[in-house]
Amino acid sequence: MTMLTPDEWEAIRLSLQVSLWGVAASLPLAVAVAMLLARARFPGKSVFDAVVHLPLVLPPVVVGYFLLLLLGRKGPIGGWLESTFGVVVAFRWTGAAIAAAVMGFPLMVRAIRLSIETIDARIESAAATLGANPAWVFATVTLPLILPGLITGMLLSFARSLGEFGATITFVSSIPGETRTLPLAIYGYTQVPGGDLQALRLSIIAVVLSLGALLVSEVMVRRATARVAGRDA
Amino acid sequence: MLEVAIRHRQGSFRLDASFASDVAVTALFGKSGAGKTTVVNVIAGLIRPDEGRVVVNGQVLLDTARRVWVPARQRRVGYVFQEGRLFPHLTVRQNLLYGRFFTPAADRYAVLDQVVGLLDIAPLLERRPAALSGGEKQRVAIGRALLASPRILLLDEPLASLDPGRKSEILFYVERLRDEMRIPMVYVTHEIEEIVRLAERMVLMSDGRSVACGPVPEIMARLDLKPMTGRFEGGAVLDAVVAAHDLDYGITTLAFDGGELQCTGVDALPGERVRVRIRARDVAISLERPTGISMRNVLAGRIAEVGAQRGPEVDVRIEIGRVSLLARLTRRSVDDLGLAAGRPAYALVKSVALDHRSVGYA
Repeated sequence: MTMLTPDEWEAIRLSLQVSLWGVAASLPLAVAVAMLLARARFPGKSVFDAVVHLPLVLPPVVVGYFLLLLLGRKGPIGGWLESTFGVVVAFRWTGAAIAAAVMGFPLMVRAIRLSIETIDARIESAAATLGANPAWVFATVTLPLILPGLITGMLLSFARSLGEFGATITFVSSIPGETRTLPLAIYGYTQVPGGDLQALRLSIIAVVLSLGALLVSEVMVRRATARVAGRDA
Repeated sequence: MLEVAIRHRQGSFRLDASFASDVAVTALFGKSGAGKTTVVNVIAGLIRPDEGRVVVNGQVLLDTARRVWVPARQRRVGYVFQEGRLFPHLTVRQNLLYGRFFTPAADRYAVLDQVVGLLDIAPLLERRPAALSGGEKQRVAIGRALLASPRILLLDEPLASLDPGRKSEILFYVERLRDEMRIPMVYVTHEIEEIVRLAERMVLMSDGRSVACGPVPEIMARLDLKPMTGRFEGGAVLDAVVAAHDLDYGITTLAFDGGELQCTGVDALPGERVRVRIRARDVAISLERPTGISMRNVLAGRIAEVGAQRGPEVDVRIEIGRVSLLARLTRRSVDDLGLAAGRPAYALVKSVALDHRSVGYA
């Protein structure tokens, strides 16, 4: 195997950019939703829960199509974004990041919610008796204790984003340098004669990226878990 | 200094408790499920009762009638939980300083070095809670509560999860705290031994109600409260002063209002004030002064009260000088001897029944 070509670099860079932004942008919302689902009681909670999980069970193409309807330049949200802020997400890398974030969202929420449910809420009330207001309790007790869940959730969402295909191609198409992420590039090469070798090279890169992410998160989760359990990492 | 009145319903559990106290250590005593922890949670602000009033050092923390509700974080009520509840992700030092960070500078009176020294936790500072033993965890939990400079310290069965050796270790530190920090404490327990060692006043709780409140010896001597103070452990508590040690035989003589008691295995210094618990089952009664007997404590007094005569056992209260002893006898003996209020009698107590577990520093 020779050095990577500029096109390949482009696809890798774009994939990482889209996935990382998708993860980063959805994290705060995922924490909030996970807190709601783990702690709050409100009418319609099971419906809310189902809606959050929808991207997990719907065909990705359907999710992409809904995104196009809502966020496209003529869609209700997309049109408003363009007229108010001059922001367009359809057929842009930002749109790809949104598609990735939406597809990874249920996985992220699930992981975070699970870790919230395992923490002992009595430790939080201990913090309250020591003078901490709810925001401080969240920042100094809850958040550090759910760190392993946060990392797991981010990894799952990141991995899901790296592999995202259906929603992306439906929502933002496959534009080289803008929305053509690794899976789209691989698919593209398989559709042209003589593209097999390129498709294989990119596939290997995808394997390496995913494995790398998995290993890094494994180490981080182990360290975070040790810290939360009170052992010296 | 402390005023509590609470009415609260939680499912089928009803709590109706009220008491006041102005002493260093107030014990909340009762069986598990009596509502002790709920009372403490209300004082701390972790439970908002249906009706209630809580005043600490003149500060109204809760008054439902006047819609006063100070949230837990603003109460400055130190709380030592049964299970410690240390922050697992922080070091001991960070745990200790957690509450201090939130205490307004003007209200801070506790100093890290002082608290660390008091509780002997200096070697633990850089460790994490998982690396601590049960006793160490509780000491850190006490230190953490103290360093928030609380108005009052609540200890909810802090010894419950510890083995016997660790228990007396923590008791020692709580005593030290009481004597050196001068901070009022509410101490929850279902162990009479701990009350005898620590508390001046006790509140007796049963089925969600505060049944009695008063000085420990007074409450412990009341025959009508026996079902609630516990059958096996029940007995009188009296204040005494160490009069002398017989080093040859290891016998300590304690002087109290009404006579002297000889006991074994007590290491208090002559002149020290102690509190002795004499279990009712360790006391016998004789109508005449017995001779040729091994029991070293023969106390002349008068029968003051004969308890309810149901079942095989009867509790009898004997007044010796100004203090009361309780004796648990068979109903048969009470009938055979014709024991009745007003009769002179001798209370007999074995010295070996009074050991270090029955004696606490007042």
